[in-house]
Amino acid sequence: MSDPASSVVSRAAALVEDRTLPAVRAWKEAHPDGLVVGYLPIYVPRPLIEAMGALPVAVFGGGDAIDIIRGDSYFQSYICHIPRSTVELGLCGDLDALDAVLFPSICDVIRNLGGMWRMLFPDKLSLYVDLPQNFDMAVGGKFYVHEMQRIAGELVKRGAKPLEPEALRQAIARENTRRAAIAELDLLRRTEPWRVKASEAYLVIRAGATLPAAEHEAMVREFLAAVRQREARPVDNVRVVLVGSFCEQPPFDLIRALERSGCDIVDDDFQLGLRMIDGDIPGDDDPIEALSRAYLERGRDTASRYIGDLVKGAGLIGRVKASHADGVIFAAASFCDPALLDQPMLEHALTKAGVPHTSFKFAENTGQFQVIREQAGAFSDAVKLWGAAS
Amino acid sequence: MSETEADKDKSQLRQKRMIADHFAALARAKAEGKKVVYTFVPGNVTELLGALELLPVLPEINALQSGMRKKSAGYIAEAEKSGHSEDVCTYVKCDLGMLKSGNFGPTGEKLPEPDLLLLSYTGCFTFMKWFELLKQEYDCPVVMLHVPYQTDGVISADMRKYIVDQLEREVIPALEKVAGKKLDREELSRRLALSARAEEDLVAVWESARHKPSPIDGYFGGVYYVGPIFSSFRGSEDAALYYQELRAEIEERVRLGKGPVTPDGDMGEEKYRLVVEGPPNWTSFYDFWRMFSREGATVVASTYTRVGGLYDNGFRHDPKKPLESLADYCLGCYTNLGLPTRLDLLERYIKDYAADGFLINSVKSCNSFSVGQLLMLRKLEERTGVPGGFIESDLVDPRYFGKANIENRVQSFLQVLAARKKSGGGPLPTREKRVALPIVGGGS
Ligand code: SF4
Ligand code: SF4
Repeated sequence: MSDPASSVVSRAAALVEDRTLPAVRAWKEAHPDGLVVGYLPIYVPRPLIEAMGALPVAVFGGGDAIDIIRGDSYFQSYICHIPRSTVELGLCGDLDALDAVLFPSICDVIRNLGGMWRMLFPDKLSLYVDLPQNFDMAVGGKFYVHEMQRIAGELVKRGAKPLEPEALRQAIARENTRRAAIAELDLLRRTEPWRVKASEAYLVIRAGATLPAAEHEAMVREFLAAVRQREARPVDNVRVVLVGSFCEQPPFDLIRALERSGCDIVDDDFQLGLRMIDGDIPGDDDPIEALSRAYLERGRDTASRYIGDLVKGAGLIGRVKASHADGVIFAAASFCDPALLDQPMLEHALTKAGVPHTSFKFAENTGQFQVIREQAGAFSDAVKLWGAAS
Repeated sequence: MSETEADKDKSQLRQKRMIADHFAALARAKAEGKKVVYTFVPGNVTELLGALELLPVLPEINALQSGMRKKSAGYIAEAEKSGHSEDVCTYVKCDLGMLKSGNFGPTGEKLPEPDLLLLSYTGCFTFMKWFELLKQEYDCPVVMLHVPYQTDGVISADMRKYIVDQLEREVIPALEKVAGKKLDREELSRRLALSARAEEDLVAVWESARHKPSPIDGYFGGVYYVGPIFSSFRGSEDAALYYQELRAEIEERVRLGKGPVTPDGDMGEEKYRLVVEGPPNWTSFYDFWRMFSREGATVVASTYTRVGGLYDNGFRHDPKKPLESLADYCLGCYTNLGLPTRLDLLERYIKDYAADGFLINSVKSCNSFSVGQLLMLRKLEERTGVPGGFIESDLVDPRYFGKANIENRVQSFLQVLAARKKSGGGPLPTREKRVALPIVGGGS
């Protein structure tokens, strides 16, 4: 019997792989007056953009699909890979469909890339999004509301529709339903990982990078329905949470290599932007304040977010428990300061809690996975045999 | 430097005494019941700490001192051994390694543990990770001061208000709690007035480099000049006097037509005037300096000396608007400025200080400085018609200071400047077409 999910997975794969952004071009044809607003990892308030009649598009660099010809001459060798492939995409015209690009405040690289974008593409709008690190609604919350209003104002100057509360409420509602579908998929991965591979889920979720929320929700639901029809039997794999790949994405084949090494990735950091907020964003009287509050009060722990008095690693241990994971694999991009500086603290917390873990680094264009596969295989064997890795 | 105490200027002696007194006070802090706050150089709110009689410790300064004292390699190795990646900022690893090795500061005395970590989050994302790591080591509270980034070179009312609100609602209460007393706002204003005096004199020192020859080296020498104002002394009588004396000494050098002081004494003929972007290397600081001073190259302006405060755009701390001006100070630190604003500043320095060339020292550790510097190199050449050089090194990791390689690069860069001077200048070919000044790596 053919796989009921194969059609939706190949559509998702095509969207992810085609770096000329076919879905975006199609959207633009259907909405000639609409703005296309790209954004770099990790998170921007997508409903704000949709509410203004614009299409938010997540930009994740060029992966392993492009040769870096000019991008390398803009970055020293000790800087991670995603900015160079993003500049390459920009210089070779693949991102021409983006009228604006937002650069969220996650690290010095993305921040400075925003400045470079202004210089390299002066005709395009390049905006920095300063996400608050103060989580008091009266301080950081207010600042973030102003920040969103500033961004909205700049988009209006470029031709987006002015921000109306009702349109924002509706966009938030669409985002909520999309995220509910993703949460359902995440749950299915945790409860029946043999039914849905992490690599497939990755494609289906990442395809949402270039789709309006409602369209993406439909795709995720189609995938969910299809995989539920699959005939699948439980497999005795090691269940792992994969941490650290929240920005530069590992090559797809690396995710596959991990699966082949006997690991079920039951939770991960890929596409963190779509999972940044826990639960629904309420459709308040003041929807922009609701967006701000949701980020402040229900934003997910990540290396670029200040956790104040909370205990470092507690969030990760919570994820390990919720997903009944046997261990954690740290997979950070080379030269990624936020992930690599975070990692020893998280490792320490896991060790204290008796959670096995292992780590490796990657670049989005890594071509050899043998070593990583062997390392993950050894980890999975150790966890199976002794319940802990060396 | 080969100077004796007697050769030292009044200002130098004062600075030396200030540093010694500060570290002695830190060594006595616990015994005397004084409270200690660790914080960062960019966006430091030293006047607030001073007004509450809190003693600051600046881990970045400890790291750079460890580099100069040739201790950093061991400290970094220590941190890497305990699981820190080779890829990340070496200031952090140097500090963690120093902590693991007993936390002995630059004077050899043990540094006191912090009573509070004041995370002044200005211009660098690594700061947050750094203090999260320290929080794991010390049982003390952390207070965050998030300073928004000045993408457009403009301070909006929202940005300023965000900082003032954090100061009022979180930072000051946390400092008061540690200090065990209320902030005396008049004392704060008094200190801000002293800061403004020092800032005025410091700017006069920077601007003295417009003279030919320049009486100062605004990079290698400049790191000494910014010592007091970047670290624990801004807002103190001592710092104000230091800058007053320094200014007088520099004005005297101008009157005498002298060039800057170098590691080998007064500099000879000024052959090249340079602007430098990026921090220096600390592990081979004097070797690095001599690569320039022995060739007659003076740095007339630098951006590193603006990371702890940018005053030559007119900003001064204002005793009448204490918190607002602290906010503006934090917002204005060099690495908190968007790349286009940084470029404008460099262009201005090149023109105002009549530079023959500019050099970028790109340090591996610091994404905050380094990301975008290769584009800055091209753009600056295009805009100014002045040649740029590019070298790579690191702050405190000696593995990334390839002396011979860097020296070669510096020499060939200076030769290009010499040839240009001889030929009377002329437009620069675009970087793509040029081979004379390759983009170079100076690592080991
Ligand atoms: S991979 Fe890490 S360092 Fe590089 S841009 Fe992303 S978050 Fe920043
Ligand atoms: S990244 Fe740069 S600014 Fe930040 S701590 Fe390291 S050296 Fe300092």
